[in-house]
Amino acid sequence: MSESRTLTMAQAISEAIAQEMERDPTVFVMGEDIGRYGGIFGATGGLLDKFGKDRIMDTPISETAFIGAATGAAAAGMRPIAELMFVDFFGVCMDQIYNHLAKNTYMAGGNIRLPVVLMTAVGGGYNDAAQHSQCLFATFAHMPGLKVVVPSNAYDAKGLMIQAIRDDNPVMFMFHKGIMGLPWMAYFEGSTTEVPQAPYTVPFGEARTVREGRDLTIVTLSQMVHKAAQAAAALERDGIDVEVIDLRTLVPLDRKAVLKSVAKTGRLLVADEDYLSFGLSGEIAAIVAENLDTVQLRAPVKRLAVPDVPIPYSRPLERFVIPQVDSIVEAARALCSAPAVQAVPA
Amino acid sequence: MRDRNESLLWMYERMVEIRHYEETMAAVYLEGKLPPKIQKGLAFDIGSGPVPGEMHLSAGQEPVAVGVCAHLKKEDTVVGTHRPHHFAIAKGVPLQAMTAEMFGKAAGLGKGKGGHMHLFDPENRFSCSGIIGASLPPACGAGLAAKKLGRDWVAVAFFGEGAANQGSFHESLNLAALWKLPVLFVCEDNYWAISVPKPEATSIPKVSDRAAAYGMPGIHVANNDAVEVFEAAGPAIERARRGQGPSLLEVRTDRYLGHFQGDAEVYRPKDEVSKLRANDPIPRLAAQLKAQGLMDDARRAQIDARAKGRVDEAYAYARAAEYPAPADALADLFV
Repeated sequence: MSESRTLTMAQAISEAIAQEMERDPTVFVMGEDIGRYGGIFGATGGLLDKFGKDRIMDTPISETAFIGAATGAAAAGMRPIAELMFVDFFGVCMDQIYNHLAKNTYMAGGNIRLPVVLMTAVGGGYNDAAQHSQCLFATFAHMPGLKVVVPSNAYDAKGLMIQAIRDDNPVMFMFHKGIMGLPWMAYFEGSTTEVPQAPYTVPFGEARTVREGRDLTIVTLSQMVHKAAQAAAALERDGIDVEVIDLRTLVPLDRKAVLKSVAKTGRLLVADEDYLSFGLSGEIAAIVAENLDTVQLRAPVKRLAVPDVPIPYSRPLERFVIPQVDSIVEAARALCSAPAVQAVPA
Repeated sequence: MRDRNESLLWMYERMVEIRHYEETMAAVYLEGKLPPKIQKGLAFDIGSGPVPGEMHLSAGQEPVAVGVCAHLKKEDTVVGTHRPHHFAIAKGVPLQAMTAEMFGKAAGLGKGKGGHMHLFDPENRFSCSGIIGASLPPACGAGLAAKKLGRDWVAVAFFGEGAANQGSFHESLNLAALWKLPVLFVCEDNYWAISVPKPEATSIPKVSDRAAAYGMPGIHVANNDAVEVFEAAGPAIERARRGQGPSLLEVRTDRYLGHFQGDAEVYRPKDEVSKLRANDPIPRLAAQLKAQGLMDDARRAQIDARAKGRVDEAYAYARAAEYPAPADALADLFV
């Protein structure tokens, strides 16, 4: 067992990158303000001093050029990590992400490897409005060709980042600003965890059971894991025993973990900070719906997500559209008091 | 590396190969697409025949590809466009696997998953894209990789004059110049961005003048001539190889066929193509080689037959190859 210390998620991510850079000279980082600044959300803190400007490269504000360059460098033998400062900025470079990075391996019949990690900040909760607050998990998970990783805490973030860097495929690594442990943004204590010093990996496609319960499954991810955990603690006082599943990766998705938990509890609440329609919460609900022959529901599925509006600026408006601890508690109570789902008579 | 004379002969043979490849494709492409086989009222069905989908042919544009690629090594990267065959052939992409890809066969470069606009040959460091302006950023990345790996490899991004108005052009030129990347940007000006002529889309007559804005050399070749391209590209590629940074080369070239096969070309003056063809770069290079004593008529016939033979073999191979199993569509998303 190696030494363990308490790290913020930002520190855990930068440690993972540093350890992989020490191990593998082909790993390097490109992005806006990732050098001297250390990444706007701290994901590359300290790396410039350790590795210098040749490997920790501040780029011009040219996402199309440097993300496309990551694809080209990967094809020529490097393992680039590129940071898209906010996921919302995908609009200026989506062609290089989606038409090239994501599709080239497939169009090449698997004959090229593109080991690129595209890390990006997601999420709201601090009143940054519609162009700097989205999650867009489903946008990237929907389109084939990108693995999608969404850590909720420092331990997972380090292991998932190392796994991402070692993967021979493009990986979107989406970290929520509100759990990075930044000195300038309130964050959830549960996201700052003990992190072993030595490198380790967290495999993709394995959800984590945050807490076990009998009455209700909450499937969630990212910052919402911590809201769900707080809600579960409150619900425990009401005698409702909640199981919380942290998906950790969307592509690949641990469908088995979802089905196993819902089969046990018979109730599903999906709590997601992305948009409601055509997205993650619908996907999870569909997985259960497609397996009703083996999973028996005691109540209809409930989804909590952003109700199909852009993220508004004003505090009461933003709080209203992003699911909060109290809205999770309320939805869980309603689910557990709902009449059982009746089989339709033949 | 080849000496100059060997390079000129190599260019001639590749041009013959490319032209025969494209002319063969123009014919093969029409198979099964015309009446009476298909629905009434249709002039043409893009989804029918042995080679379905869009088809962009490069006949006339050979000098750009061969004049640049004559200077390249196998380890150098080329990123082409939606009209990629001449670049691929000049970069040494194997004809059989490339043609099989266009026929949608399992033996294709991408096992039939890419098609003619998406040819990937990692062995010969060739790729292309169906998106206008998308070749430049990955070429920057290949140049960056060469620099990081301490190799003297260069990367070439080909793109049309229409692509010079995309953001990716400007972002990439800035990035490559800023980081002194070993990249040659080659603007293939065939005057037509589908139907829109260059003066109606581009704010200045020469794209190569834009190089000055990014602090790199801009070179303009006014004639669709393989030797002129060869002479212009050489120093720019050597400069990149020496670590002195990128250059922008623009070549005025000619598109003999439509934007895509089946294009009625209503936008183009009726006599334009015949005028362009009067200046065909292939017989022009043959005459030069003959005058220099490098290629007499017998040698020319021999080279022509060899080049065309390779092309014919590739088409026969592709035609005979097997289709992938339908469920193979589910493979190769990740490696």
